Amino acid sequence: MSEIPTALILNAIIAGLLLGGFYAAVSVGVSISFGMLDVVNIAHPAFIILGSYIAYIVNDRFGFDPIAACVLLSPLFFVLGLAIYRVYYLCFEKRGQESLRGLAFFFGILFITEVALVLVFGVDYRAVRTGYSDTTWRLGPVDFPLRLVVPFAVSVTMVASIEMFLTRTFFGRAVLAVAQDALALRLMGVDTLRVKERAFALSIATAAVAGSFLIVIQPVQPAIGREYIGLVFAVCVLGGMGSIRGTLAAAFILGLAESFTATFAGPSWAPAVSFGLLLATLALRPSGLFGR
Amino acid sequence: MTNPRFAALAFAAAIAFIAATMLIPNDYYFSAAYTVLQFVILATAWNVLGGYAGYVNFGSAAFFAVGAYSSVFLYKAVHPPLIVSIAVGTVVAGLLGMAVGYLTLRLRGVFFAIATLALAVVLYTFVVNWDYVGGARGAYILQPKDLPFGLKRYIHVLYMAMVLMTAAALVIARTIETSAIGRGLAAIRDDELAAECAGVPTLRLKILAATVSGSLMGMAGTTFPYYLSYVEPSAAFNLSYAVNTIAMPLIGGMTMWAGPLVGAVLLGTVQQVVQVTVSSEWNLLIVGVLLVVFVTLAPNGIVGWVARLRRKR
Repeated sequence: MSEIPTALILNAIIAGLLLGGFYAAVSVGVSISFGMLDVVNIAHPAFIILGSYIAYIVNDRFGFDPIAACVLLSPLFFVLGLAIYRVYYLCFEKRGQESLRGLAFFFGILFITEVALVLVFGVDYRAVRTGYSDTTWRLGPVDFPLRLVVPFAVSVTMVASIEMFLTRTFFGRAVLAVAQDALALRLMGVDTLRVKERAFALSIATAAVAGSFLIVIQPVQPAIGREYIGLVFAVCVLGGMGSIRGTLAAAFILGLAESFTATFAGPSWAPAVSFGLLLATLALRPSGLFGR
Repeated sequence: MTNPRFAALAFAAAIAFIAATMLIPNDYYFSAAYTVLQFVILATAWNVLGGYAGYVNFGSAAFFAVGAYSSVFLYKAVHPPLIVSIAVGTVVAGLLGMAVGYLTLRLRGVFFAIATLALAVVLYTFVVNWDYVGGARGAYILQPKDLPFGLKRYIHVLYMAMVLMTAAALVIARTIETSAIGRGLAAIRDDELAAECAGVPTLRLKILAATVSGSLMGMAGTTFPYYLSYVEPSAAFNLSYAVNTIAMPLIGGMTMWAGPLVGAVLLGTVQQVVQVTVSSEWNLLIVGVLLVVFVTLAPNGIVGWVARLRRKR
């Protein structure tokens, strides 16, 4: 290959960082549920797609901005998360069967959500139109498409507020304590079930917001949730289990890796990157970059 | 019953079954039975690792597709006889199972599950980008003209191969279940740490189970291209394989070889009926709902339920 132009590399870096911001929003929920609460919610991407479709409906019917709508609707997802955790706890965690049957349960939920969306909306791609969809800021040779910049900004704000919430508030610290040693916390008379329930609900609420980002960035179809399963767990493991800062850093790394792969090897290879990174992390450093 | 006797009985039953059903004039029976039997193999294979050792494999579709695409590759390269395709696909999928197992089975069980889930996506990407086996367009395969044993149609050959492979899968699963390997795997399922302390070679047993499980899944896929005479990546990697493969042992019961058999025959037949009478999307929804209902309400499946009724009496 001849000399690679600098503009191409700069664009790849910026696109990677913007994409990484979005990935952080997609993965932060799993970092809470899987990383901190030990609930292996592989259905998380399905809730993200559900969020995308809700953003689509609200935008299509009422002309609302999809991201604002999903931020306002995320309490609904919070309630949904409460309900799901209740079922999960009663049927699996309480009986000590979470490892096999709990996984199968979430897998079933993933599948049901996907098929239900196919039955209602069909397999066509759906997209939303916003005022900023077609605008691109240019800084010299580098492009900043607003349909990536807006999700990036909201996402980083969301992830930062979650980190603040977890480290600065009483309840947030309780969640971190559950993540560290749930048994010790129970011995001190804390109702860990209530803490876990709400933290899990928070993780599902982030899925609604991430879903709205997804449909702003690209058209959505029920089955694309699957592509994000490898991604969210790759980010979660690479960042170190339960570390929100690690998640953010890992999301940027993955965004850059995918952006460079797409630029230099072709976009059809990009989905393989997250898996490669996941396998490499599992094989070389299972505790992740920021793991304890 | 000893294992050799069970094996003899299983193959005798398979041959008798083939001979009896060959008289059915309707071709639909053969293609429906082919699909159900394919799921019996997949469910049995999944159960070797999932049911006996408690390690969830979400990548059944990947192993199945590896079997299917190794057949496509061989067909493009040398046009081998069917039996060679079956053997090669089985070995390749087994090696894949071993590799994934070696990389992830040392960690917590959930990492294996996640890795298999992602494996399907990556192999899919790989096949879509591989032009030799058809890429995203898919590949055509012509069914051979000359048929052995005086059979009339090619679907009869495939059907026969499928019945025999099913018998083989059941024999292998039962042999593992009743041997020291099976007891070791059960110990891992119940308490891996305790098993390790008691001297069970846990990693070696898990990798062995992953290899056997992967190879049987691949075996089920090897005849798939000949069955449809056209394969495309999204058909071979269809997520419905993964869901069905997990739902069937869970519904049938996971601790015995008979569980996946019962679950697969039951669910497979229901699906054939629903697919014809309603639609294939509803059919998938039913599988998903049944999976969730059974896993929450009847954790030991039909076989476990029947066993409990018997004990009460």
